[in-house]
Amino acid sequence: MSLLEIKNLHVEVEDKKILNGLNLTIEKGQVAAIMGPNGSGKSTLSYVLAGKDAYNITEGDILLDGESILELAPDERAAKGVFLAFQYPVEVPGVATMTFLRTALNAQRKLRGEGEYSTPDFIKLVRETSAKLGVSQEHLRRAVNVGFSGGEKKRNEILQMAILQPRLAILDETDSGLDIDALKTVSEGVNRLRSPERSMIVITHYQRLLNYIVPDVVHVMSKGRVVKSGGKELALELEAKGYAQYTDEAA
Amino acid sequence: MNAEVRAIKTSAEQALTSAYEAARASLPGKGAVAALREEAFKRFDAKGLPHRRVEEWKYTDLRALMRDALPLAVPPDAAAKAKAKDAGKIFAALNCRRLLFVDGAFVPEASDLTPEPGLTIGSMADALAKNDALVAAHVGKVFETGDSAVALNTSLMSDGAVIHVAAGTVLERPIHLVFASSETPSAAFIRSLIVVEKDAQAIIAESHESNVSQINCALEMVIGDGAQVDYYKATQTRGLHVASLLLTVGAKAAFNTFALNSDASLVRNQSFVRFAGEGSNGGLRGVNLLRGKEHVDTTMLIEHAAGHCASREQFKSVLDGQSHNVFQGKIVVKPHAQKTDTKMMTRALLLSDEAEADNKPELEIFADDVVCGHGATAGALDPNLKFYLMSRGIDDKQAEALLIQAFIGETVEEISHEGFREAIMRAALEWLETRG
Repeated sequence: MSLLEIKNLHVEVEDKKILNGLNLTIEKGQVAAIMGPNGSGKSTLSYVLAGKDAYNITEGDILLDGESILELAPDERAAKGVFLAFQYPVEVPGVATMTFLRTALNAQRKLRGEGEYSTPDFIKLVRETSAKLGVSQEHLRRAVNVGFSGGEKKRNEILQMAILQPRLAILDETDSGLDIDALKTVSEGVNRLRSPERSMIVITHYQRLLNYIVPDVVHVMSKGRVVKSGGKELALELEAKGYAQYTDEAA
Repeated sequence: MNAEVRAIKTSAEQALTSAYEAARASLPGKGAVAALREEAFKRFDAKGLPHRRVEEWKYTDLRALMRDALPLAVPPDAAAKAKAKDAGKIFAALNCRRLLFVDGAFVPEASDLTPEPGLTIGSMADALAKNDALVAAHVGKVFETGDSAVALNTSLMSDGAVIHVAAGTVLERPIHLVFASSETPSAAFIRSLIVVEKDAQAIIAESHESNVSQINCALEMVIGDGAQVDYYKATQTRGLHVASLLLTVGAKAAFNTFALNSDASLVRNQSFVRFAGEGSNGGLRGVNLLRGKEHVDTTMLIEHAAGHCASREQFKSVLDGQSHNVFQGKIVVKPHAQKTDTKMMTRALLLSDEAEADNKPELEIFADDVVCGHGATAGALDPNLKFYLMSRGIDDKQAEALLIQAFIGETVEEISHEGFREAIMRAALEWLETRG
């Protein structure tokens, strides 16, 4: 069975149609890139998968392990292994990063009927994971993302992903706002998490990120649906020719 | 006779008048004290209970809210004293010197009166009866105001604490004034006086718990030159609670006050603060946690009468249900009070569409070389923050709790005393846990 199946998904925001009959299947262990021009609905797809309200799903379904997740709240989806690395991670003043990570991890484990992490085990886990991603202890002591640079915020997203160990990670424009060194660190972090048990959707506007996170498949989105799918060479073709042909095709 | 048309007295006002007339002869203090009462009562009688046309009481119309005046409290019996044994739990872990008051009356046998050099503790009832010198020097004089709730308190004041900290004394332990109530609904008029002399240091805490009683308490505090005072007030009362802080601060002194109102039905916390000497620093902060139909009004008048003083006012409120929070902060900078530095901030977090927050910061500046700022906000929880937390597996209620905790944490973390900071945060967390 495929891990994720999106069937004929239609989504509106304030009566404006964003997703328009999107079909997409993600296999277990697959890394799928989703590329497309601005306004093609890539970020909407990521929010809809994570369960953000304010999106009106008028038709279609999203199946995880063959079961619909449309009625599930974001925390329930997270417990089932869905993780969204935000394009713009929000600052949460007053909530210490460590408290946040621990609350999240234990909440997910509780929903799955697993035991909570003990304090020493949790601290060890965070220490080891953050060291690999170059996230300093100082950052862990601070409030979530408060005063973090763009790159630090993105690194913090990958840190959360490494700690929460999702089965389906959606990386929304993880490369935006990153310089080349940060891009490498973040990509390495993501690549370390590749596993036959984990699927990833890498949403990006540019091919650059895909040099570092090499996808198994590439899907092109335009006007709220997938208009072309292919191997990793499709990304290079897009880079050379641009999106114009697809936007016209879909029109 | 004044030509102003006075409304017909409400039944509560009539009852208060009769209570005063009946009790006048037996209330503690003769001579100067009786004259002080008489003069205060005349002021109260002329104005009546504060109501919405009195600007300072606009949002808390006591005349409308107080349908009746309860009978004056009688001295507590053994059962009431026994019941009050565990009161003041909020600060219980702090190893404070505990002074117990039940229905406003001092209970010396349940209070810690262990002698300490430089510290004098007595009851206000005794001090008034003896016309004690400290009381004669300060009661009714620390901050003169025309406020009629204060006038009513002065008319009927029965008991309270009188605390004197001698010059240079650093108190070993915080003093905790525990105000508890018996099962019998009554009206208590509590008056306390705290004088912290030059270069002395004291930490004073007050906790109020009550049934449906009507409490009118006033605390007059004098902070001497170079003295340092921290004052905490936790109010968890089921009846009507009107509290007035009248404070005068000397030169090069420092004070911080923190007020927590949680599970409090109807509270008016008013502060009258005067910076009377140069070079002092003061902080007034607080957190109000409201739900149901609770109403909490924080009103303050901060008078910078001397230059080179800094004051910080920061108040946060969290409102659920149909609750109502009021913040009115007025900062007055007198003409010669140059280099005054003030910053007032009040923020309300609305968890329900039916809750109401009124914020009214005011500045009256008569000096030209000052830095005075104020800000006020009211809003709901940010749905984007909530979604971020939930997308990581944290459920709806816990996500809200974390964000609320963060919201009030900003103010609670300003408390430098670790024990009090933790006690107040713990009380706030308990409130959050019992949120439906």
